[in-house]
Amino acid sequence: MLLEVNDLHVSYGAIRALKGIFCQVGEGEIVALIGANGAGKTTTLRTISGLIRPQSGTITYKGQPITKMPPHQIVSLGICQVPEGRRVFTRMTVLENLEMGAYTRKDKANVKADIEKVFQRFPRLAERKSQLAGTLSGGEQQMLAMGRALMSRPTVLLMDEPSMGLAPMLVQEIFSIIKEINQAGTTILLVEQNAHMALSIANRAYVLETGEIVLSGPARDLANNPEVQKAYLGE
Amino acid sequence: MDSIFSMFLNDYYIQVLTMLGIYLIGALGLNLITGVTGQLSFGHAAFLSIGAYTSAILSLKLHTPFGLAILAGGLMAGLWGVLLGYPTLRLTGDYLGIATLGFGEIVRVVFLNMTITGGALGLAGIPRNTTLTVVLLVVILSVWAMVRLENSRFGRSLVAIREDEIAAEAMGVNITTAKITAFAIGTFLAGISGGLYAHLIQYLNPSDFGFLKSFEFLTFIVLGGLGSIPGVILGTSVLTLAPEFLRFISDYRMLVYGLLMVFMMIVRPRGLLGGVQLRRLFAKKNVQQTGTSASGGAN
Repeated sequence: MLLEVNDLHVSYGAIRALKGIFCQVGEGEIVALIGANGAGKTTTLRTISGLIRPQSGTITYKGQPITKMPPHQIVSLGICQVPEGRRVFTRMTVLENLEMGAYTRKDKANVKADIEKVFQRFPRLAERKSQLAGTLSGGEQQMLAMGRALMSRPTVLLMDEPSMGLAPMLVQEIFSIIKEINQAGTTILLVEQNAHMALSIANRAYVLETGEIVLSGPARDLANNPEVQKAYLGE
Repeated sequence: MDSIFSMFLNDYYIQVLTMLGIYLIGALGLNLITGVTGQLSFGHAAFLSIGAYTSAILSLKLHTPFGLAILAGGLMAGLWGVLLGYPTLRLTGDYLGIATLGFGEIVRVVFLNMTITGGALGLAGIPRNTTLTVVLLVVILSVWAMVRLENSRFGRSLVAIREDEIAAEAMGVNITTAKITAFAIGTFLAGISGGLYAHLIQYLNPSDFGFLKSFEFLTFIVLGGLGSIPGVILGTSVLTLAPEFLRFISDYRMLVYGLLMVFMMIVRPRGLLGGVQLRRLFAKKNVQQTGTSASGGAN
């Protein structure tokens, strides 16, 4: 397995956010973590990318433990996060945001070519490349956040709530882009409240409830699971 | 070159301009910490005093050459910047502000109670080596270095930290190292500024480097526009020269000065040249400048 999370425990003070999470992501997969608010989805992602220190448990990437690594090292290993709420650098231009995405890279010549690739994938960003990121619409900011993460040439892309605050039409568009990114060879771990969309593109999924994995399996099976349908798909 | 200056300017103006240059060096340092990296510091004057006392003591006791004494003052301030930065830069916003405020007071009280600094009597008889030429050279060098830095990969990472610390970290910026480095460079400039000040005024007293002085530096860069080098130059110039030019209304000048600041913050809350960068000034005109509307969404 490319990425393996074993028995991960995380607490915020007295509050136990994760109570022993196990999950695995294989090369080339799209894996979704779904669950309600406060289930621990974002915490799981942030712990993987090193932004949060776990109490116990291990995270291994390509067989190498990364549990105690600082975030900047984890990025240079090829794990990059598209954070919740986009978090673009509002007073930098679109182009500067993309350049920041390539921060850990040394191969300057290829960075230019990769920026062009991002602009091909997101033509709307190309039109706005000298505009300040804070003036973009929510959907454009999400595209920028994704483009920025792609600039690090990640092996694994961690995506936190890409559909948050977006119009349904845009959600469709964003998810088809996620699928394209995956088909181009990037492994994706996706955290999403919109379980319906997440299950429609994922290979496998895990269902989180109050810090624990309660269900897991192929996305298609989960989408047909009556419990999941009742709790998360509103059917 | 000093003789050329004195052909055009009388001693009073030379003194005022020299002070302006000295403040400018310190303000550029604070701008890197607060304006570019977004780390609030209320203790900048403490680093000026560290540089001032270090260089003055070296000049007085060891007869160290002027340039070397100034450099040593800068390095000492930078060293204390790192020592303070390491534990406190994990704090953000107001908390960091209070920690730096506390540090500033500690430094002042320590200098007040040390024998080598002359305590409350102050340190007198420092040789007057600072000239307008020297200060001008250091200002040019500092501005050049700051512009270079702002446009470097490292400078970009500092702006990213200001814009969104978590996103910067997620992009692979080692934020602890970056912040401490920014703090070290900023406090180094403060130390240089302090050293030049000591060798101009020839007398040091801990009370000259209290909270008010730190606050003054903050107003320089806030008025000019946080993170903008032309803004720092303009803000510092306006606020250093205004009290001089307002002398004719003697008793009311600080009142006018205060009103000026309130008015400025209402009219241009991001500073006189807020968001203006040298690079963008000279860049192609299709770069869009946005006003205050873009400053939202810091989340």
